[in-house]
Amino acid sequence: MIPVIVLFVYLAIIVCIGLFAFKKGQANTEDFFLANRTIGPMVFFLSLFATNMTAFAILGSSGLAYRRGIGIYGLMASSSGFVIPLTIFFIGTRLWALGKRFGHQTQVQFFRARWECDAIGTLIFVLSAAMLIPYMIISIMGGGTVLQEISTAKDAVSPLIPYWLGCAIVAVVVTINVFFGGMRGTVWVNIFQTILFLCFGFIAMIVISRAFPGGFGEVMAKLGANPKTHFLLTRERMPEAEFWSYTLIPLSSIMFPHMAIMCFSARKVSAFKRTVVIYPIAILLIWLPCIFLGVIGAQAIPGLKDADGILLRLLNDNAPAWLAGLLGAGIISAVMGSDAHQVLAMSTMFTKDIYVHYGGHKKYGERAAVYFARSFIVVVTLIAYVIALYLKSKQGIFEIAIRFAFSGFAAMAPVMVAALFWKRSTKWGAFASTLFVGATLIGFALLQGKPAIPPAPPAKIAEGHVVHAPGETTTEHPAVNLKLDTNALSTNAVLTAGIINTNPLSTNAPDLTTLPLVKTNAPVKVATAPTGAPPAPKMNVIWKVGDHIILSRSPATGDVRFWNSTTNPAGGYMTVVPMVFGSALCMIIFSLLTRPPSDSTIEKYFSDRNPKQS
Amino acid sequence: MKKLLLFILIAAVYVLHQDYWNWKNAGLVFGFLPVGLAYHAAYSILATLMMAVLVKCAWPEHLEQTEPEDDDKKKGGK
Repeated sequence: MIPVIVLFVYLAIIVCIGLFAFKKGQANTEDFFLANRTIGPMVFFLSLFATNMTAFAILGSSGLAYRRGIGIYGLMASSSGFVIPLTIFFIGTRLWALGKRFGHQTQVQFFRARWECDAIGTLIFVLSAAMLIPYMIISIMGGGTVLQEISTAKDAVSPLIPYWLGCAIVAVVVTINVFFGGMRGTVWVNIFQTILFLCFGFIAMIVISRAFPGGFGEVMAKLGANPKTHFLLTRERMPEAEFWSYTLIPLSSIMFPHMAIMCFSARKVSAFKRTVVIYPIAILLIWLPCIFLGVIGAQAIPGLKDADGILLRLLNDNAPAWLAGLLGAGIISAVMGSDAHQVLAMSTMFTKDIYVHYGGHKKYGERAAVYFARSFIVVVTLIAYVIALYLKSKQGIFEIAIRFAFSGFAAMAPVMVAALFWKRSTKWGAFASTLFVGATLIGFALLQGKPAIPPAPPAKIAEGHVVHAPGETTTEHPAVNLKLDTNALSTNAVLTAGIINTNPLSTNAPDLTTLPLVKTNAPVKVATAPTGAPPAPKMNVIWKVGDHIILSRSPATGDVRFWNSTTNPAGGYMTVVPMVFGSALCMIIFSLLTRPPSDSTIEKYFSDRNPKQS
Repeated sequence: MKKLLLFILIAAVYVLHQDYWNWKNAGLVFGFLPVGLAYHAAYSILATLMMAVLVKCAWPEHLEQTEPEDDDKKKGGK
């Protein structure tokens, strides 16, 4: 009960800040959406960072580390610490300057003006809105999960705040904050929130460490000594192709509408200086403890089905009630900080890119535009809430984001880079690129979204012909004439069975010891679980050319992988790779094939008197 | 020359992210931190240093002079 009270006090503070910001606000869209472009350096950093940190950073990361180990930090956090500040440095500053000079408040306004084309803006708007909604849903789902976990007493069967109610509370508080406060209210709340969740990780580590008398070192030693958990301390189950693929994902950051809109809100471009320098350290402060504790959780509370709640479980079990509530508030901060910006961004986009652009502003005036924006906030949050409830039992927090929003926005980065730095880029290049992203997104979503299909039954192998999985160890079986049928795991067997080995880090990877046994007359060998190498899951071949599998799909998880070699079954790139490079290629080819932009546009965006783009 | 050096710096830091040599190392730093995690934590600090160098040596000073253009502002902000 105490953690719940602490959380409600926190939520009440958030509401109050929103209402206070409402009193300071003016009834015009520039103030409501961008706080009149008056955000100073430190506030800018705190708010931009909060914008980009979701439930993902705390719950998703620790849950993934629980299942897959320490590699998650390199996979997501350190790559983000490298790429995101670079994109803010090169792209964010230019966007700010163009926004200040020409009054742009959204990316779409910039794209429309840069390519002198309404339709390209509308197309990008539709795609961006479609990709942003899943991201909003993640935040609400994260909030619901946190409130449910925090409000579950140690021995209680059901939580005090069920998931549906937790989601509703988060949605309502965010709506009130954004509805009344706009960008100013959101930013003020972010200051409070970012400080809270930056402190969260290390406090959680200190508190939880006290629960282990031998310290974390002993827990790690146990994990390392156990063959079944040893992989958590390494990246041996993480394909290099996947690790590399992930470095493209953070390109999505600057393309998220709420991040771009934040860039427009800075008072001066110098506000970006501190942000880009501190950003990697801030990521370190949040992600390192979460990943570390996620791995610790695999030893402390093994066998969790929903590992995204591991941090909350550790806190509930090991921290005093009031502190668990406070730390829960830290997690909720991360959830709501980003959610508020996403909701505001959706409202900004709809108001500026659709309502105002298509005449609503002229007809009903500035004040009506703000009312429209506020009404929209309520509607979009309600939709996100309903979907969050529906998807609770469908997919994990992390998977939804990665599959749709992140890959799609990352693949739109070439469009932004071309608009800012390539004079010769044309609207047709932008059209081709955007349509390519939309089409591949739908295509991959359809492939990934199919329900998991059971793996094909392993075919019997020739008598006396023992096939072993890579890294498999064998032992003589003294009693029976049985051997492990590893056909499905054999590269040779792949071609006949239509199944290949790949992606050994799948969480649903079968254990070799669970594979079926078949009778044989040959001298008996029984395969046992590998000690060093990972168990190898199967992938269905979707498209194959020669020795290369162009597309394959995991029957267990639905993950689609690109470019697997049959001779290197552990490979395979994530779909973000063909999406980003395909998008860039479309932009280049179609721009070169079509007429260059007008001289006036080149003059406007690339002349000496303008902020230099190259 | 400065641009080239900065480009090499960014490329070098990027390459360091792909630390294949740590892939199967399960050793512990300070007795509790897995090597792969410690390396990437240090990498985050390196990224901060890289950004500090970029801000110092390649900051787009000209953007600081940006002023609104009234006509365009009305058009873009509509």
